[in-house]
Amino acid sequence: MFALVFPIGYFTGLIPINTLTLWGRYFCLAIAALGVDLIWGYTGILSMTQALFFCMGAYGMGMYMTLSNLPEGQLLPSFMVWNQVEELPFFWVPFDNFSYALVLSVLVPGVFAGIMGYFIFRKRIKGVYFAIITQAIALAMFLLFSRNETMLGGTNGLTDFKYFLGFDLRDNSVKFGLYAWSLIALGLVYWYCHNLVNSKFGKSLVAIRDSESRMRFTKYKVTHYNVAIFVIGAMVAAVGGMLYMPQTGIITPGRMDVQASIEMIIWVALGGRGKLKGAVIGALVLNLMYSVFTTVLPSSWLYILGGLFVITVLYLPKGIVGMVDQMKEKLNGMFVKTA
Amino acid sequence: MLEVKDLKVSFGGLTALNLDTFSIRKNELRVIIGPNGAGKSTFMDIVCGKTKPQQGSVKFKGLELLGRKEVEIAKLGVGRKFQKPSIFSGLTVYDNLLLGLDGPKDVFTSYFYKLASYDKDRIMEVAEKVGLVNDLTMIAGSLSHGKKQWLEIAIVMLQDSELMLIDEPAAGMSDVEAEKTGNLLCDLSKKHSVIVIEHDMKFVEQIAIEKVSVLVRGQLLTEGTFQEVRNNQEVIDCYLGSANSAQQKAHS
Repeated sequence: MFALVFPIGYFTGLIPINTLTLWGRYFCLAIAALGVDLIWGYTGILSMTQALFFCMGAYGMGMYMTLSNLPEGQLLPSFMVWNQVEELPFFWVPFDNFSYALVLSVLVPGVFAGIMGYFIFRKRIKGVYFAIITQAIALAMFLLFSRNETMLGGTNGLTDFKYFLGFDLRDNSVKFGLYAWSLIALGLVYWYCHNLVNSKFGKSLVAIRDSESRMRFTKYKVTHYNVAIFVIGAMVAAVGGMLYMPQTGIITPGRMDVQASIEMIIWVALGGRGKLKGAVIGALVLNLMYSVFTTVLPSSWLYILGGLFVITVLYLPKGIVGMVDQMKEKLNGMFVKTA
Repeated sequence: MLEVKDLKVSFGGLTALNLDTFSIRKNELRVIIGPNGAGKSTFMDIVCGKTKPQQGSVKFKGLELLGRKEVEIAKLGVGRKFQKPSIFSGLTVYDNLLLGLDGPKDVFTSYFYKLASYDKDRIMEVAEKVGLVNDLTMIAGSLSHGKKQWLEIAIVMLQDSELMLIDEPAAGMSDVEAEKTGNLLCDLSKKHSVIVIEHDMKFVEQIAIEKVSVLVRGQLLTEGTFQEVRNNQEVIDCYLGSANSAQQKAHS
């Protein structure tokens, strides 16, 4: 549908380009949700840093875009000039190059997740305690990114981009291109995750969720597995963030706070935890609802979100996907009976 | 094979286990019996690294096990089946067995793992032995209690551990199932050392082809063949409820 109906609608003029851009953004968020599903849905680790990794990817891309959008002759982004910075900070330098920026945007969150994960998982911290620690780290990073001294634009973040790789971002065909890339990326990441969860590694993750001690007594070094999936999840989120950046044109620390991570978890819970389809559907449906409800009834969104979450927890433990599966089974049952 | 000396564990002042000496040979099938709270499962927990004792020594093939992590102990060749079946309930029976299969278990091998035909043969062979061939595609969590027990035994079998610690394998099984389990364990003991904890006396009689150890209140009461143990007055006392007298004798 997204690969056919939307583009056709766009080219025939029935669907405005902004709708496509909106969906392009949803796809990026769905990519991040896939990461949440790998970590939480499959491995059972409740992490509150997914939005942080998503933002790290977005910041990486944002740094590249900031540097490539500098007016002729200007060497430093404006916010640095205002802060009396005279030289480009060292960690900005590689982001001048697009390929370096691409690699680093994924690598930095990955390494960060690896170090963080190693120290936490080694101590066998899990469940609620893990959630609390990651929450604290997310908050700390939020504060760090908000500071002007960090040289990442402070609370204003990075914004004001006109060009991406030399293309004019206001151009409709560029917007369409980004939509298409997001869709392709979502497809690729989905395919990757699909292979991953069906591999022996993926099955080990579910096994860790079901019985960590059994895994240990069956000679598996659970810590290594936890760290590995934490890193993979972080990098997946970063990919989403990178693509999100050129489509929204702004990244601020506000997108990486704990609340943003909790929202991602709610997407997955609503869509269907432990099913890749669930993560994607949850992210798309909830973001669409967010857009609709914040337009129609701006103040009602939090109540609706909360209500949906309560309904999921009480009546749909397997989320939307689980519900659909159940209905299918019931229908099948009816057909079998009548036949 | 396994030698235990002066092992002491207490939980908050309560001595759970106080084992002077205990040892088993290679390819021996040892049954441990004893009333609830005698420290049987605690003993297994210590051997496989789940619980840390206050003092003592547990040597396996001459190597000290205490202080090692679970994975290390498992790698040395100690396999464990828990009292409450501990399986991967969200995976199919086949996947459970696949994960149990012996071989490199680091992240990278798992990531790039391709099923080899001899691995598959091995899984089928074990599935055949424990009678789970027709349930391979079932989700493990939906198996009956008895089949869960078999599945966990199968996981331990696939690891090919030299020492297998089997905690209450026949719990929740019908007589027929229990008998099959008994035969399986006797068969296993031809190539592995096996320690079995069991309550069901009928089952114990079947599998006690060698020695039976009786644990009472954390202490070794007696060891001997099934006949000896069954006719031992102290054992009868503690099983018939007058546990106090048994304890007094144990202390004296």
